[in-house]
Order: sequence, then C-alpha cells, then structure tokens
Amino acid sequence: MDLFEYQARDLFEAHNIPVLAGAVATTADEAEKAASVMGGRVVVKAQVKIGGRGKAGGVKLAQDAADAREKAAAILGMDIKGHTVHKVMIAQAAPIAEEYYASILLDRANRNFLVMASVAGGMEIEEVAKTQPEKLARVGIDPNVGVTLEKAKEIAALGQFPEVVQDQVADVLVKLWAAFVAEDATLMEINPLVKTEDGRIVALDGKVTLDDNAEFRHAGHSDLVDHASANPLEAQAKELNLNYVKLDGEVGIIGNGAGLVMSTLDVVAYAGEKYGVKPANFLDIGGGASAEVMANGLSIILGDKDVRSVFVNVFGGITACDAVANGIVQALNILGDKATKPIVVRLDGNNVLEGRRILNEAAHPLVQQLDTMDGAAAKAAELAAK
Amino acid sequence: MAIFINKDTRLIVQGMTGSEGTKHTGRMIASGTNVVGGVTPGKGGQTVEISGKTLPVFNTVAEAIAATQANASVVFVPPKFAKAAVIDAIDAAIPLVVVITEGIPVHDTAAFFAYSQSKGTTRIVGPNCPGLISPGQSNLGIIPADITGPGRIGLVSKSGTLTYQMMYELRDFGFSTAVGIGGDPIIGTTHIDCLRAFQDDPDTDAIVMIGEIGGDAEERAAAFISEYVTKPVVGYVAGFTAPEGKTMGHAGAIVSGSSGTAQGKKEALEAAGVKVGKTPSETAELMRKILNG
Repeated sequence: MDLFEYQARDLFEAHNIPVLAGAVATTADEAEKAASVMGGRVVVKAQVKIGGRGKAGGVKLAQDAADAREKAAAILGMDIKGHTVHKVMIAQAAPIAEEYYASILLDRANRNFLVMASVAGGMEIEEVAKTQPEKLARVGIDPNVGVTLEKAKEIAALGQFPEVVQDQVADVLVKLWAAFVAEDATLMEINPLVKTEDGRIVALDGKVTLDDNAEFRHAGHSDLVDHASANPLEAQAKELNLNYVKLDGEVGIIGNGAGLVMSTLDVVAYAGEKYGVKPANFLDIGGGASAEVMANGLSIILGDKDVRSVFVNVFGGITACDAVANGIVQALNILGDKATKPIVVRLDGNNVLEGRRILNEAAHPLVQQLDTMDGAAAKAAELAAK
Repeated sequence: MAIFINKDTRLIVQGMTGSEGTKHTGRMIASGTNVVGGVTPGKGGQTVEISGKTLPVFNTVAEAIAATQANASVVFVPPKFAKAAVIDAIDAAIPLVVVITEGIPVHDTAAFFAYSQSKGTTRIVGPNCPGLISPGQSNLGIIPADITGPGRIGLVSKSGTLTYQMMYELRDFGFSTAVGIGGDPIIGTTHIDCLRAFQDDPDTDAIVMIGEIGGDAEERAAAFISEYVTKPVVGYVAGFTAPEGKTMGHAGAIVSGSSGTAQGKKEALEAAGVKVGKTPSETAELMRKILNG
C-alpha cells in the first residue's frame, strides 16, 4: 500500500524523524482553520499518489489563512494525471537553505535492503544517479544487522553531505531505518530532506510503501487505506478477499494463480486483436478456491458494465475443478435473470471430469465449455465483439 | 538424477499437523515421496496417521533430523510463524527448505534469507511457491503429481498454475524436475540457481523457463544463460498486456515505467539465444520442435 504524503509525514513524526507542522484538509474551510492554527505562511499541497503535481499546479504557497482557503479551494477537485484531488496537506512554510535526499527500500536483485542518500536532492533520484552518480551513496543493509550509527555516518560521508550536517543526517538515517522496520515498509523516501536556514535537518516530503502481507501485525495500517479513490469494483473485491484489478477492456477474466491469470490476459488480448476487444480485468481466485469464492468472483465480473463476455480459465492444482464448476452454477442461480453475459469455461487438472460433468448437467444457456486455453480465449473474444 | 530432490530425499513437513499440512502430506506420500516425519513446536512425541503411514512429530527440525535422518523440509506454517519455522530449519542445517506459505511479510523473508546465507548450509525454495517435483521420485509441495511423469525437460517458473499448464502441454515428454520458485519480491532460489542446476544435471536435456513482469530476474537469467548454459532453453514471459503501475497478483509483478516489461524480458532472453513463445501453447510448441529434432 502506498501512502499519501500527509500519512508519510505523520508516520515519520511518530518515529521521531524531524518534520514540519502539517495537517490534512478535505475542504477549504478545514484548510483555512489548519493554516490559522499554524500561523504565518503555509504551503497547500495536493494529496495524490503520483509525481509531477507541482508542475500540474497542485502545490501553492499561501500568505495567510484566508489565502490558504482560496488556494485549497482551487486545488481540491483538480485532476492530476487522472487522479482526483480529494485532500490537501497544509504544511508550514520554511526557509530552505539546501535540499538533500534519503531513502530505504527493498532491493529485490540483492535480496536485502538498500539505503540511498545524496547531497543532491529535490529532484528525481534517477536523475541524480544518471548525472551525478558520485554524489549518490547506495549501501546494502543486512536485515539482521540494520543501519547502525556507524553505518549511517559512513553513508552520510559517501553521499557527500557537508561535514556540519553529517551527524544530523546520520541520526535521521538511523531513525528512518527504525521506522522502516517497525512499520514493515518496503519503501521510505525523504525527498527533499532539507537544511533550513536556521540549520535544522527536516523531512519535507515523503513517500512510504507498506507491506500488505504484514497487516496482521499492524492494527493501524488498515486505517490508512484510501477508500475515496478506490475503484468501486476493486473495493468490493477487496472486501471479499479477491485479488482483482480493473482494466479497460470487454472480456471479463477469472482464473486461478497470478501467473496463469496474467497469461490468460495476454492470450485474450492476442485473440481480441481481431475483434477489437481487450481483457476487462485481472481476477485471481487463488489456490484451493471454494465454490463460494468462485461465485463471488463471477458476481463481481458480471457486475462490471463494461464486460460483454467472461472467460473462466482454471488449471486445478489444489483448486478442484468440481468446486469451480459448482461455484459457476451457484453464482448463476443467485444472479438469476441478472446474469446476461456469455461465459466461456476452460477447465483442466484436478477433478476435471467431474467439473465438466457438473457444467454439462446444469446446461446453463449462458455457459459453454472449450478444451483449450487458446480456443476458449478466441471464443470469449468473439463473443465480446458482438 | 534430477535437481535438488530425488528418490533419496527424506522429507519432514513443518506444520504437518495443521489442516493444509495434513492434506498435502497425504498427497505427497501418495505420489511416492518418502515423508519421514513432521515438526510442530509443542506437539513433539505424538504420532499421526496419514495415508496409512504412522509419522512421528517433533518439536524442532534438529530433533527430527536426529531421529529420521531427514534431508529436506517443506513448510506449511501460517505466515505469522513462518519465519521461526525457517530459522529452526536453518539452525538444524537441513540442506533444503521449501516454503509453500503465501503472505509472509517481506521483512521476515529478508531476515531468514540473510540468515541462511550467513550459515551457508541451507537452500531455501520459495516462499509463496508450489514447491518442486521430480516425477516418479519425490514431490515437495503442492504440484499435482498426476499431470505428467518422468522425462528429460527441466522447468523453472515463478508461477504455480503456469507450471502446471506447461507440464500439461508437454505431458507426452515428461520432466526431470519442475521447480516453482515463487512470486514474492525476495525468494531463496532464483531462475539462475535452477538454470545452473539443470545445465549440470545429466538427466536434463532441455529447459523451459517461465518468467513474468516486474523486477529484472529474467534479464539477469538471460545474461547467465549466455555465459553458462549450453542446453536448449525455451522461455515464456507472462504479462505482455499488463498496464503500468498495477500489481498483478504476485507482489513482484508490476511494471513501473519502462522497467520490468514483458517485451524487455523477451528481448533480453532472445538476445541470449532463448526461443520465447507468446503464449504457453506456442512455448510448448517451440520445445516440442527442439526435442523432436
């Protein structure tokens, strides 16, 4: 899960990483109130999970509370690269002397964690890596050792921070590591990490990604979920514990296992070229799916108004094909007249004969079975074209 | 021979007394795997009956090894307890641990993987994987044993169901070993580890490598193939049509910007001499042509 900037700021503050005063507002009224509590000049920042908001006009300096109200009113509701602004952050304005960079992230290639730090901040770190690589420290961290103060000082020196701030930067890195571990993060980035004119080191903007797998040991993380921006079908699927991603095509896809479903999307996309149709979604019912899970999945897909045909592609490993077949029959019984879209089913693997028998016996007019993945994909694409 | 597991594999099941553990222990025994016991902390000294076999339960992997000479473990422990289970296995210096569990926090995986590297005595496969099978010899995990039999193709894949699909497509040839390495961002055994083992395995003639979008594991595997692998390799990459910025089921399966795209992976593999299919069936067809000469 990616966090908003204001959530990242709050998380940093909770872990003693120095930040400036900040508050979130969903209306111009709230923005004015927050600005007047803070006093002085503030920055009004659109809260969207995408880069480039500054250029899009989503970050504005306000002279006082009344001005903050005006700026917030202009930013709220804006569209930034397809993301609607539902919230703004009111942040204390600070005179900045220098802009630096610091982050910790999961390093898949080396199968550990990576600390990056640089005296050159305020721009995309990829840019720094390309143009001034000598100023970017990249240091792998053993998860069982962590970022010690000694290691942090070494990193600050490698990142070419001025000597006067190296101890302060090292202190931030140690705290950032503590936060990274305590919150089960896979990314914590501070950009920029600034030196204010009065010599303080402060995290001015942050990006945080939390590990969804670790939710069981973080009661508070579920409160951070952004319900306002979620696609309604995706939100509904999440509540049913289904792994669903809405796409922009016409062929609904259900399968078992992430790899097979991804592959199914490809095969349908190729088959759909001829008919001008594409996959409408990714939906993985997972391993060992019951009839109920299958029924839930099918109802979500049939509830998508963009869907014109459905392709159920299952290779039974743990998942039994008879359970899948029963799920399809159950879902169609529950939906009754509301189910109007043709469903192409391809079953193979565990209990396949029983699964096929169940569907043949039910002989539902919307359901047809095909033997191969390629053949079924072609049929589903053809049906979506009509 | 096969890779990593064979008829001499003596398996213990961590989490054998749980419902998933019991169910799959039964299946593994039914497919000819030599299961010699299980580990559930606090239940040591008990025995359980599974598929007509009386299996002893131990508190720790070290105790299990001492009593049964086990040389491999498969983990069916829930995410919360998986790290402790894997650390227990590493402490006992068991040569192979296959972690089936899905949903382990990546900080836990990073910690037990680093620990295994520091000890240097345990290979980890997974987590979040279907395990591996050397048909007719041994089956560690949840890959259905009845898809196909022994043969001379080696298969390595991140995805479970794509592994099954590919085994099914090539069922008339059979497999030396099929390894599902798992879809998590950190995994213990990589494509490269398996490619090396298949290249060195006298019972493997050709290799199928299945990748998917996200990360750069396929690109690195391609570089490794150029320098080390002389056996024919056929590849498949899932996710050609996946949009940018959406995670496709596996935590690692995401295209961000230009990195991690299926097209980039395909090109890297083809530059290394790997024939890459656009779909599973086309990939199987490429392998079929190679094996039929």
